[in-house]
Amino acid sequence: MRKSASHGRPVAGSMRTLLAIAAVWVCAGCSSSWNAMHEAQPPVAAQARWRQAVDAIGKPAGEAELSAWNIDVAPDGRGLPRGSGDVATGGRIFAAKCAGCHGANGEGGVGDQLIGGAGTLASGNPKRTVGSYWPYATTLFDYIRRAMPYNAPQSLSADEVYALSAWILNRNGIVADDARLDAHSLAAIRMPNREGFVPDPRPGRL
Amino acid sequence: MPRPSRIERAPRGAANAASSTSQPASPRRRMLGGLALSALAAPGLKAATLLQPLSVDPWTQTPGAPILEHPYGQPSPYEANVIRRAARTWPMPGAASSLTPLADLHGSITPNGLVYERHHAGVPDIDPGAYRLAIHGLVREPKLFAMDDLLRLPAESRIHFLECSGNTASEWKGPSGLPVQITHGLLSCCEWTGVRLSTLLEAVGGRTAARDGSTPQWLLAEGADAAAMTRSLPLERILDRALVVYAQNGERLRPENGYPLRLIVPGFEGNTNVKWLRRLKIVDTPLQTREETSKYTGLLRDGRARQFVFEMDAKSVITRPSAGQRLTVRGFYPIVGLAWSGRGAIRQVEVSTDGGATWQTALLDEPVRDRALTRFQSGFVWNGAPSVILSRATDSTGYVQPTREALVAARGLNSNYHYNGIQAWRIEADGSVKNA
Repeated sequence: MRKSASHGRPVAGSMRTLLAIAAVWVCAGCSSSWNAMHEAQPPVAAQARWRQAVDAIGKPAGEAELSAWNIDVAPDGRGLPRGSGDVATGGRIFAAKCAGCHGANGEGGVGDQLIGGAGTLASGNPKRTVGSYWPYATTLFDYIRRAMPYNAPQSLSADEVYALSAWILNRNGIVADDARLDAHSLAAIRMPNREGFVPDPRPGRL
Repeated sequence: MPRPSRIERAPRGAANAASSTSQPASPRRRMLGGLALSALAAPGLKAATLLQPLSVDPWTQTPGAPILEHPYGQPSPYEANVIRRAARTWPMPGAASSLTPLADLHGSITPNGLVYERHHAGVPDIDPGAYRLAIHGLVREPKLFAMDDLLRLPAESRIHFLECSGNTASEWKGPSGLPVQITHGLLSCCEWTGVRLSTLLEAVGGRTAARDGSTPQWLLAEGADAAAMTRSLPLERILDRALVVYAQNGERLRPENGYPLRLIVPGFEGNTNVKWLRRLKIVDTPLQTREETSKYTGLLRDGRARQFVFEMDAKSVITRPSAGQRLTVRGFYPIVGLAWSGRGAIRQVEVSTDGGATWQTALLDEPVRDRALTRFQSGFVWNGAPSVILSRATDSTGYVQPTREALVAARGLNSNYHYNGIQAWRIEADGSVKNA
């Protein structure tokens, strides 16, 4: 499994490079370094011994140890934490911590426009907002949690991030005024532009 | 005080005579980032006109500065104009970009202090002694690697370009009037030293199966900066080439370029080369992060958008002469520039001095490397008439750099990213060079 599921060749290649460098060192001054390098190749056993030592580098870590960093949220909701937040609470947090950059109504300022823009994507002045453009609501939670507010990232509680997500989605007409979001309900949201993305057709087409 | 021009004849009668003249910087010149091209020796110029009685220069008559005046060496003060610049004032200076002064550089390597920047939440100040790289997710043995661990792993050095996918977006709607530093300067090329991604994957025991039994195909790369910037990357397409690097051009990474550790994905758009790399997670599906949905997606004419657009296609640009510079006399001028492709090596660069009516093959500086900047050289005799100069790159896959019109026909005007159209510079009758 280990060999088949991962790539054995590249590390073997690195090791060969390292060994080749060693071989060139040994035969510095040889008239034919190419031949000497091949003659100086250590046996396979030595390579295998090095490889084990190389693979032993690094400290094994359990998921519990990594949890403070392991904050990504998958589009199916995997990674969403416990907690919940409602639209009204989100509105209060937004006014206090977000509106300074994004505008009181999420209309944008020095920060991105978050609200509105529906129907503009094919126009000459497209507005790519959470409501008009973003394909997944999980992205909203993930991004707020990891990077917002700009001046104090990763300072919000899970409840606050759920609440902010609820308010932004509500103002975009995606969840109801009385909505309360949690891991289950956030992951269940289908965004208006969910089908708006296509794969890269290159190469072969511009 | 202007320096004397350096004048030399090119071998084979072709163009590689370079000339640079530093002059005191006016604010306008600083903004444009260009240096006026001085006259090159025309073939008919009499040698006698070059000869003036020499005096012994003051720097010859007194000992110079001692060693270690600058323990870390600095460029000559006469090169003070060769700096990174921003295209505009950014509302949040930490979420911004700066551009490499391509017109003033030579060869294909970008000096570390001039490598372009694009940050999403500023440059973090990271203590390498406290630094860890986590590799986890669908792997057999999740691990943390300290910098000392990473430095003990087998390493390699490779030269690759980095280009922001937003580079040259200024030209989508037609010629911007801007100089090459501003139009094409989200582009740099360094020798990167570090560990292959595949070596690290081996050190965590390789991948384990996804929930459906398949081998997981995606890698989440995450930065330690205040944006915790994240991208999902297609593992099989990058595993042979991607490096986790700690050094550039022979020294440890600069803070603004990812110190102490970053990902290098040769040929992929700049932001996938995640800086300040703190975490690599093997996953079975892309995470749909903000930087691969809201940003770095290419909006098409019909309102749909291309997603996971990774490779930077073949592109070239003439750096001398280029907008903001000026030809001062009629006669021979070298035409030099840079070409690159995210899908392989540059096979050919053609140059036109008549707006694309005819093309000549440029010389490529050797060695021509995979996914690296390649310097090309050509030349022409300027007779004082208005001229339009162009370059067009072809890469090892046979892909030919397209025209702007072809790009717009395929993608419309709202794509923002991945503009690689042929760039024209117009030489006016007075010798001024414009992006028009």
